Amino acid sequence: MVEEEGFRRYVAHAILWIGIAIVAFPVYIAIVASTQDNALIANGQMSLLPGGHFFEVYYKTIFVGTSGSTREPVGNMMLNSLVMALAIAIGKIAISIISAYAIVYFRFPFRMAIFWIIFITLMLPVEVRIYPTYKIVADLHMLDSYAGLALPLIASATATLLFRQFFMTVPDELLEASRIDGAGPLRFFWDTLLPLSRTNMAALFVILFILGWNQYLWPLLITTRDDMQTIQVGIRKMITTTDALTEWPIVMATAVLAMLPPVFVVVAMQKLFVRGLVETEK
Amino acid sequence: MQKQAIFQSKLLPYALVAPQLAIVLIFFYWPALQAVIQSFLLQDAFGLSSTFVWFENYIELFKDPAYFEAVVRTFVFSFAIAVSSLSFALLLAVMADKPLRGSMLYRTLLIWPYAVAPPVVGVLWIFMLHPSLGVLSRYLRGLGVDWNPLLDGNQAAGLIILAAAWKQISYNFLFFLAGLQAIPRSVFEAAAIDGARPMRRFWTVTFPLLSPTIFFLLVVNIVYAFFDTFGIIDTMTRGGPGTSTVTLVYKVYSDGLLGGNLGSSAAQSVILMVMVIVLTGIQFRFVERKVTY
Amino acid sequence: MANVTLRNVRKTYTGGFEAIKGVNVDVADGQFCVLVGPSGCGKSTLLRMVAGLETVTGGEIDIGGRVVNQIEPADRDIAMVFQNYALYPHMSVFNNMAYGLRNRGMAEAEVKTRVEEAARVLELAPMLERKPRQLSGGQRQRVAMGRAIVRQPKVFLFDEPLSNLDAKLRIAMRVEIRKLQRRLNTTSIYVTHDQLEAMTLADVLVVMNGGQVEQIGNPLAIYEKPATTFVASFIGAPPMNLMSTRADEIKSQLGGGATEAGILGIRPEDFVITDQTPAGGVALPLTVEAIERVGAETFVYGTRAQDEQRVAATPGELPPGEVIVRIPGTEAPAIGARIRVAAVRAKLHLFSGDGRTRIEA
Repeated sequence: MVEEEGFRRYVAHAILWIGIAIVAFPVYIAIVASTQDNALIANGQMSLLPGGHFFEVYYKTIFVGTSGSTREPVGNMMLNSLVMALAIAIGKIAISIISAYAIVYFRFPFRMAIFWIIFITLMLPVEVRIYPTYKIVADLHMLDSYAGLALPLIASATATLLFRQFFMTVPDELLEASRIDGAGPLRFFWDTLLPLSRTNMAALFVILFILGWNQYLWPLLITTRDDMQTIQVGIRKMITTTDALTEWPIVMATAVLAMLPPVFVVVAMQKLFVRGLVETEK
Repeated sequence: MQKQAIFQSKLLPYALVAPQLAIVLIFFYWPALQAVIQSFLLQDAFGLSSTFVWFENYIELFKDPAYFEAVVRTFVFSFAIAVSSLSFALLLAVMADKPLRGSMLYRTLLIWPYAVAPPVVGVLWIFMLHPSLGVLSRYLRGLGVDWNPLLDGNQAAGLIILAAAWKQISYNFLFFLAGLQAIPRSVFEAAAIDGARPMRRFWTVTFPLLSPTIFFLLVVNIVYAFFDTFGIIDTMTRGGPGTSTVTLVYKVYSDGLLGGNLGSSAAQSVILMVMVIVLTGIQFRFVERKVTY
Repeated sequence: MANVTLRNVRKTYTGGFEAIKGVNVDVADGQFCVLVGPSGCGKSTLLRMVAGLETVTGGEIDIGGRVVNQIEPADRDIAMVFQNYALYPHMSVFNNMAYGLRNRGMAEAEVKTRVEEAARVLELAPMLERKPRQLSGGQRQRVAMGRAIVRQPKVFLFDEPLSNLDAKLRIAMRVEIRKLQRRLNTTSIYVTHDQLEAMTLADVLVVMNGGQVEQIGNPLAIYEKPATTFVASFIGAPPMNLMSTRADEIKSQLGGGATEAGILGIRPEDFVITDQTPAGGVALPLTVEAIERVGAETFVYGTRAQDEQRVAATPGELPPGEVIVRIPGTEAPAIGARIRVAAVRAKLHLFSGDGRTRIEA
């Protein structure tokens, strides 16, 4: 690398810190607001330093909820979001890895047709077929259920393609050695392919968990009961734009709680996250 | 590309693809087909009967100025979000690509907003720029700006673009950094020896070598702006004031939910599908060369 | 312990490409058979057919008196060492060797005994708990061998097992494989493209080309009496000099009843630099173009020029071309020098004009 002289280096550091400040500022404000008194905020008198209501606000947010129309404790919303995110991530990995296995390691009639049927789903997010999907979930009596929340979001090809790509790079000789060692298809999958896919599964899990946790439009449509709300839907129902009744400290505490799990995953599992992001976008 | 080493089995492969195939058929193809069929039907006011009306729903749509406005608005939003987010992210990535102390720390501190959900992004920004209680609104008013995004459509649009671009910075930053790190260091060294000053090096060497990444990110950002802004818009402005922040996806949602006009909503869905397929096609054609089918 | 017999074995791919065009080979019990040939000659395909990894489209493969065409690889009682070793990357060395035994339901105590015995023989005992990526190339190669020997199969199959190693290690492992095979006395089939490896390892050498067997036999016998020009130039390095020769030259020089033009072959090491022409032998005038000294021996690259062909008393006109001469020591003529080389009658090889048959004179 071309060595940079001192001055330029300082400029680079400065620009990066400005970037970090811009990226972090809204979140800082949210954290600050979640520790202050609502009356102060509603008057536009909010301080830029943390207040003293931290425990009070978070206790109320997690275990009680707002005093307004939706009285659902955010703790329960987080549980719903967690179940949905896990169901999406695990469900998608599970069904994708076995179908990718079939497509790569077997020859059977309609193999390519099936591959294309799955592949095409890559192109269309759930948003463009939202009402017909809603109708089907309603007909299957899956409104307000975890299955209804997760299944339509599992119907996508990204993970299948990823595993297919990965399986293609596994040397043929491993399968041949397994055959000579007396392992059949299921045993080869379980003893060799699955352990080799561990890193890919983990990377994919990180990404899918974040995507699942952050789902919004779909849960908004199919959850009608307050106790089935996810946290993303819950937070929207807390703000009433025209109304002065919005309890901002609780809204901000909910925002912080909504960010916490996925941000933690990104920071704690940065390597897997980066890998998963790059691989799923390929 | 095919594996040479395979297993022989008649039923097992079908059993293995069955779960995914079932889910895809029930929750993807069936609704997509329904959307297409629905878009050719006109329902009566009570939803009791429907008649086949060919392209009438589409024609109505194209004649509707509100729809046309939404199309233009969506594209304006998309480009504004993509360009602003990409340029800021590129600046940061070029800085972070330098051999600086603590560059890993910078990366960590810049990538986490990827994990913030769109509705939360909306909440964060409307809170900061809320006309009556926002922290930043005070300063704007201090500067003499008549700031009220809840009443002024242009301000509302600007606010949404700002929030959406903010969320996308980390994603773009990550891919730019990866793209920069993939450029061999010796190329920069050769350019330096050839007498190119840093700024010139950037425009004549870095930027052209990064162009595949830029193009890829442009497409991804546009698709993002089409769909993922829904959560931001819904928490910030709910399409308002008036219809000044209604994008195509938001319109599908609000027309279907509030208007109950399923035929039109379905026709809009189909048009969206076509747009996404075109965008994805472009992406595969020009960017996606790594995958061979 | 078993003999392996291939009877008119054929392999035709669905596209119509004929990879193996009817091969007959008989490997006796305990013998070490090497399949050698250039890449694409079908040697690996043939080995994989014996393993059961490729289907047989014609003929029969017989292992120990049992036709195995339709039998799964796992049930053929064979073990295979792959070119890239194909070790299970996520399993320890011990588990890599134990995997095949456990799949067959062998008792854990017996598995342990066998793996430890193999590890002792292959000097892998200290690294049984390591993963393949923590091993050197040579050690991985040993693990692959270990995985084969713990099974105590009837037949070992080797698919270019040494080609991923560096030159020095390759020679060391070559010797080791041979010693191991002698000790276990297990019938082995070994594929390589390296003629030196083939010569040093084989009891029976099978030279293949274009999906067919060119010659089968003892390696030295093949070296001394190659059946075709292909074998003549493939076995031995540097390759045999081949020169097309007219019918009358063959008749006058070598006697016999040759009525057709043929190909005369002389190995580089059978030439001597001399002004004499041995009785019944041949002599060639050469212009020295290049010299390679490798210490114990020297290679002289010369060309025969048109105008000098007349000078040669015998065998008269040979077409122009390059000739390689191998002489002992480091003494060599200068570049550009004109020399005369000769070979005695017994060292001449004669083939038919198409190179497909050897003419014994």
